[in-house]
Amino acid sequence: MTGPGDRSGADASRGAAAPSGGFRKGAFGVAGSGDTSGFGGLVRVEPGGAVALHSTDRPYGGWFDEVTDALVEAVGEATYAAAVRRVLVDRGEITYFVAREHLLTVVQALRDDDALRFELCSSVSGVDYEDSGGPETTPGRPRLHVVYHLTSMTYRRRIRLEVAVTAEDPHVPSVSGIYPTADWHERETYDMFGVVFDGHPALTRILMPDDWDGHPQRKDYPLGGVPVEYHDATIPPPDTRRAYR
Amino acid sequence: MSTTYDPYAGSRQTTEGRVYTVTGGDWDQTLGVDLSGEERLVVNMGPQHPSTHGVLRLVLDLEGETVTKARVVIGYLHTGIEKNVEYRNWVQGTTFVTRMDYLAPLYNEAAYCMAVEKLLGIEVPQRAQTIRVLVMEINRIASHLVGLATGGMELGALTGMTNGFRERELCLDLLEEITGLRMNHAYIRPGGVAQDLPPGAEESIREWLAVMPERLTGYHRLLTGQPIWQRRLKDVGYLDLTGCVALGVTGPPLRATGLAWDLRKVEPYLGYETYDFEVATADTSDAWGRFLVRMAEMFESLKIVAQALDRLEPGPVMVEDRKIAWPAQLSLGADGMGNSLEHVRHIMGTSMEALIHHFKLVTEGFRVPAGQVYVPVESPRGELGYHVVSDGGTRPFRVHVRDPSFVNLQATAAMSEGGMIADVIAAIASIDPVMGGVDR
Repeated sequence: MTGPGDRSGADASRGAAAPSGGFRKGAFGVAGSGDTSGFGGLVRVEPGGAVALHSTDRPYGGWFDEVTDALVEAVGEATYAAAVRRVLVDRGEITYFVAREHLLTVVQALRDDDALRFELCSSVSGVDYEDSGGPETTPGRPRLHVVYHLTSMTYRRRIRLEVAVTAEDPHVPSVSGIYPTADWHERETYDMFGVVFDGHPALTRILMPDDWDGHPQRKDYPLGGVPVEYHDATIPPPDTRRAYR
Repeated sequence: MSTTYDPYAGSRQTTEGRVYTVTGGDWDQTLGVDLSGEERLVVNMGPQHPSTHGVLRLVLDLEGETVTKARVVIGYLHTGIEKNVEYRNWVQGTTFVTRMDYLAPLYNEAAYCMAVEKLLGIEVPQRAQTIRVLVMEINRIASHLVGLATGGMELGALTGMTNGFRERELCLDLLEEITGLRMNHAYIRPGGVAQDLPPGAEESIREWLAVMPERLTGYHRLLTGQPIWQRRLKDVGYLDLTGCVALGVTGPPLRATGLAWDLRKVEPYLGYETYDFEVATADTSDAWGRFLVRMAEMFESLKIVAQALDRLEPGPVMVEDRKIAWPAQLSLGADGMGNSLEHVRHIMGTSMEALIHHFKLVTEGFRVPAGQVYVPVESPRGELGYHVVSDGGTRPFRVHVRDPSFVNLQATAAMSEGGMIADVIAAIASIDPVMGGVDR
């Protein structure tokens, strides 16, 4: 923690305005100034840093290992290795990053296996990591993530599955055949992010009007400004307004 | 033929046969036409309809008065709150999420704030946790009363409506006294609650606690024993445990199947494991059971409020960390509630650092370490889950709300197909969806 009078900390961050390694120092984005607030010592992750680029090592701790072992047993070691790309344990929650080709196999096993029993699909939604940093920052990177929250009412456990696809090929198999409740969740994710769920019974817009263009919750969706009746002025769209980054 | 021209009525040939559009007052256009082929009546209900529990649109296929197909159309109240929050700082997010399920605003605030706190890795002071429980349970009673009142109105029990809103006012008066607003409080903030209980609030709550049991018992006298009410609800909107779990239905409809699934018990948060209360269940799986569950839950909430009140101990209501806690406090002056003069004097007169700190925290906000969390709470309607993603900035990267109304409403078709059209109303009323939460 860099204290208010700690010059060495301020000197070290001086000139390091360009982020390196996806991290930046300073709670208020301040680097190298005479920041007296004491906020300069915080380390923050760059936009897109929320994408897990690493995997947690075994043991995961708690019941996470039990569930993972049961999943390996249910789908077979080879399928598990091909299906689960990464596992991340963070803040007491476990996330499996699943390849879309194996999503249905994994989900079916999670619901039906006696040792797993994730009977309830709490939520399916999307996240658009458009600004993703790291090794995957290339055209055609898998920026659209579909996030599944599954609940085991028998064992009182929750896990998260994440499937990443590119905006150019946004196809994910629908889990609505396994969890009928995913019907509307998937329609909303399609509506908002343009993820196409193959095998969904009626993948139509649900919140936006049927004839709407585009998918509003994508990060690159144009927001539009507000015209003002004064010298052709406009109020700029929220994403281009002056803001603290 | 009709003497007046109606541009919306008429008939057209489709691949499935001739389709007549009837809007009312134009029956002479369709009377006497050849109906020898298959007859299929499609009725549109809503979105502006007094009995659809909000701006909900139903498209019903009828055979006589029997519903053969029920389709639900939503989105009429979509305001893009999830997207809006991405352009506000973490504290401002509270004022947006509170407007989703507007009958249970404090649950939205609590779940959102608990998600932010989990991302920050901070623990909220005990007094703030108890106050959260207190206001949430008052809110639960208010919400169930509206569910009862509007449900009663939709089924023609108008006294249920007037009484329900009357008792709900008592709850809202309390919440107004505590938070300053009847609804959309923005009272629960990341790190604690906005203000401590005002002087006199504890006495008001105790007075309310003394009045409410008798008032709630009045609903048993008014509705529970009433044969018409029973016949409108019993065996209506049937959905068993398998159906509920498959369709993701939680809350009173799930508990009406006999499963005591209440997140306050099975995944306790805010210290709910230390409160003494029962999970209300019924075993009828129908609208009647859901009514009984809601009635019982209101009495249980009274118990929780009383316990929370008893264990309130003096202490801070916001985290000590000044990098997260809101710098300014409101205080009661001669001209009503306003900025704390003491605080203004401090930042304007004595400490430049305090002024900088105040300015930075209010305009820019605090940063939340990158990551994602899912925090569920038991709202009056079921599992309210907040999936919050941070990229390490001063604004949420993504906030997705798993709203129980949205999910439970999917059960409409399963509950009403094969039943009478009048029972569709009872079925939807028994789900008690709030369209602000459904459409967000």
